[in-house]
Amino acid sequence: MAKKIGVYVCHCGSNIAGKVDCEGVADFAKGLKDVAVSRDYQFMCSDPGQEMIIKDIREHGLNRVVVASCSPRLHEKTFQQACARAGLNPYLLQHSCIREHCSWITADPEEATAKAKHIVEAAVERVGRHQELFSREVEVLPDVMVVGAGIAGIQASLDIAKSGHTVHLVEKSPSIGGHMAQFDKTFPTLDCAACISTPKMVAVSQEPNINLMTWSEVEDVSGFVGNYTATVLHKPRYINADVCTGCGACLEKCPTKALSEFDEGLGMRKAIYRNSPQAVPNTPVIDGTICKKITKDKCGICQTICPTGAIDYEMKETREVFHVGSIVLATGYDTMDPTPMAEYGFGKYDEVYTALQFERLNNAVGPTEGRIVMKNGKSPESVAIIHCVGSRDVNYHEYCSRTCCMYALKYDHLIKDKVGHNTNVYNFYIDMRCFGKGYEEFFKRVQEEGVTFIRGRPAEIVQENGKLVVVGEDTLLGMNVRVPVDMVVLCTAMEAQKDMAEVARVFGVAQGQDGFFLEEHPKLGPVSTATDGVFLAGACQGPKDIPDAVAHASGGAAQALALAAKGTVSISPTTSWINPDICVGCKVCVGLCPYSAIEFDDRRQIAVINEAMCKGCGSCAGYCPSGAAQIKHFNENQIFDEIDGLLGLLPGLPEIIDETGAQSVQARNVITPGEPA
Amino acid sequence: MNNEFEPTILAFVCNWCTYTAADLAGTSRMVQQPNLRLVRMMCTGMVDPKYIVKSLLSGADGVLVSGCHPGDCHYINGNYKARRRVKLLNEILPQFGIEKERVKLTWVGASEGNEFAATVNNFINEIRELGPMEACSMAVV
Repeated sequence: MAKKIGVYVCHCGSNIAGKVDCEGVADFAKGLKDVAVSRDYQFMCSDPGQEMIIKDIREHGLNRVVVASCSPRLHEKTFQQACARAGLNPYLLQHSCIREHCSWITADPEEATAKAKHIVEAAVERVGRHQELFSREVEVLPDVMVVGAGIAGIQASLDIAKSGHTVHLVEKSPSIGGHMAQFDKTFPTLDCAACISTPKMVAVSQEPNINLMTWSEVEDVSGFVGNYTATVLHKPRYINADVCTGCGACLEKCPTKALSEFDEGLGMRKAIYRNSPQAVPNTPVIDGTICKKITKDKCGICQTICPTGAIDYEMKETREVFHVGSIVLATGYDTMDPTPMAEYGFGKYDEVYTALQFERLNNAVGPTEGRIVMKNGKSPESVAIIHCVGSRDVNYHEYCSRTCCMYALKYDHLIKDKVGHNTNVYNFYIDMRCFGKGYEEFFKRVQEEGVTFIRGRPAEIVQENGKLVVVGEDTLLGMNVRVPVDMVVLCTAMEAQKDMAEVARVFGVAQGQDGFFLEEHPKLGPVSTATDGVFLAGACQGPKDIPDAVAHASGGAAQALALAAKGTVSISPTTSWINPDICVGCKVCVGLCPYSAIEFDDRRQIAVINEAMCKGCGSCAGYCPSGAAQIKHFNENQIFDEIDGLLGLLPGLPEIIDETGAQSVQARNVITPGEPA
Repeated sequence: MNNEFEPTILAFVCNWCTYTAADLAGTSRMVQQPNLRLVRMMCTGMVDPKYIVKSLLSGADGVLVSGCHPGDCHYINGNYKARRRVKLLNEILPQFGIEKERVKLTWVGASEGNEFAATVNNFINEIRELGPMEACSMAVV
């Protein structure tokens, strides 16, 4: 069948037309081989724009379409669907980018127009080689896995479970609640964190559709959207959760102590412990690295006193495999360790705390039972709160951690409230960022409570005469200040979890420059990732306060539910194909395939692709010495023709690679006359 | 003559990292010299060395291959395969009179728009410095 190509050049308002002569490009395309129709239009993605393509396909009998507009990552699907509506196979479209990769980045209009012509020519060349391809529909397994049971993971799990779908919720700590469980109050309403989070935690443990697995980690994930297989490692708890009543007798008698991670190193915990009395599940866990019974086979007192015989020192780690349709990552954040910032003396001076430590000081079940006191047991007479420690700092994290201004204000209020209104509180800030609902009002309220705000990040903290002296500059007054205080709180940055890179690898998602998981689109795809069927929830995508994390988690849950509710998903047909007539059976591709999607047919002595497992990465096609393996929609002919178009080779010149030197010279002279021959 | 030389460069970039970074560089209006044209691949692992050779023979003065950072490959390890292939190609090209600097492999992650723009501009400058491809016109290949 003769090729009839339609070319559509989009102005994108002035986004493209401001630099590129779109009319000129469309005119140029008219002269290209097999082009039947070539038009430019203000907004190709608009309804009239799409209608124009549909009408042309029907009236002119177009069998190939080229759209040159924005990035195919934005609108390729739009135009594929327009083609499909007109009865044309969507893979007979080539969508090329003349906006992000041309008009927006090129200074000179003439150069931009020339580049756009090359891009359109390449698209016309390539689309001539396109073939009809058909997507496959595959079943989506109904269960969903949620990884991480902080407030975001809890919210996502509850949302999904409510719909009747089963959620496998995996948490690496012994109990759920994440960082929120460590907090005392929440800004700006001053709700008690436990009062609003424990009902959710209890709901998780009581929800029949949630399979809660604490003290567990996802070790391996394989499969694809709709059909993921996840291996979960259950670490040994040394306590039989089915028998344990959570009475806590063991916690009192255990003689071995360690610094409590949950109390941020301010208090001690036993070798057998649980994070807080409200912990969900309330089954304790034995720290196998310090327990005397497990390490040295001594002690064993917990087993003696346990009334239900729940202690089992012989417990081993186990693995369990789950088949799920989609995965929601809610792995949360870490707070930065300020020890490397030696100027602030964390770890050197007793009375320098991180924000999370201060949170534990405030908490009624924390090491001081909620009293804000110094290590010597006295109340501080003055406190300095230093904002942006590690945030908005090119040496650590360039981004704003978004929560510190607000929790600093909360601390201001709590200090005034708990220690007394005569306590001096100094905030050293860069800018106050109080952007949320009710946040600015809270800022005003705290200002009226008599808190001092000093604009400027302190240079250092020194100890003089038993006081900590914060040395810095008040940039509004333009003078140096030295503020003696009893206690310093560092508002440390929220950063990506330490094992984020490893987790990203297990789930096949990418990390952004800031280390957090990378979303599909910063504005329009904040919960999906480049991996279909893996969604994000909460602060693993970037710093978030509680309302934002909860909203984000509900978004992630909705995406997972959309997949599960429909029950099927269409899989791209751009897989590999090995031409049985060409394959010589060298088997190299079999070893190269990262998905084990290539089998060797012993009878025919050729390699065969299993399309259900192939993801179209092209490892085989990039190597295949005989050219038998080809990725559909990215095959050799298509790429070769695209190269020719981009290099502006005129039609009629040899396209094949094994051309003679003389032909190369000819080709080269044709492209750029005047260059040395 | 060399002062007027404007190189033509092709870039084979992976859809998930460098192509996305190119989009981001565009959205952020990071001006780049117009000499480079992108070929979208799904993964650098599918870049057959013959695409690179073909580009050089057909008039490109330089070829950039750019994908996800090591360990970040959307397809597990395609970028490692690209690294091996480009390394081998770099060893073979000088035997045909083609400077190995004409073929470059870089890693640009999806969020690194600024890194992409800098990589493009630097590579164009490097090739401009190197001058036009003599090997083709000398009919060595």
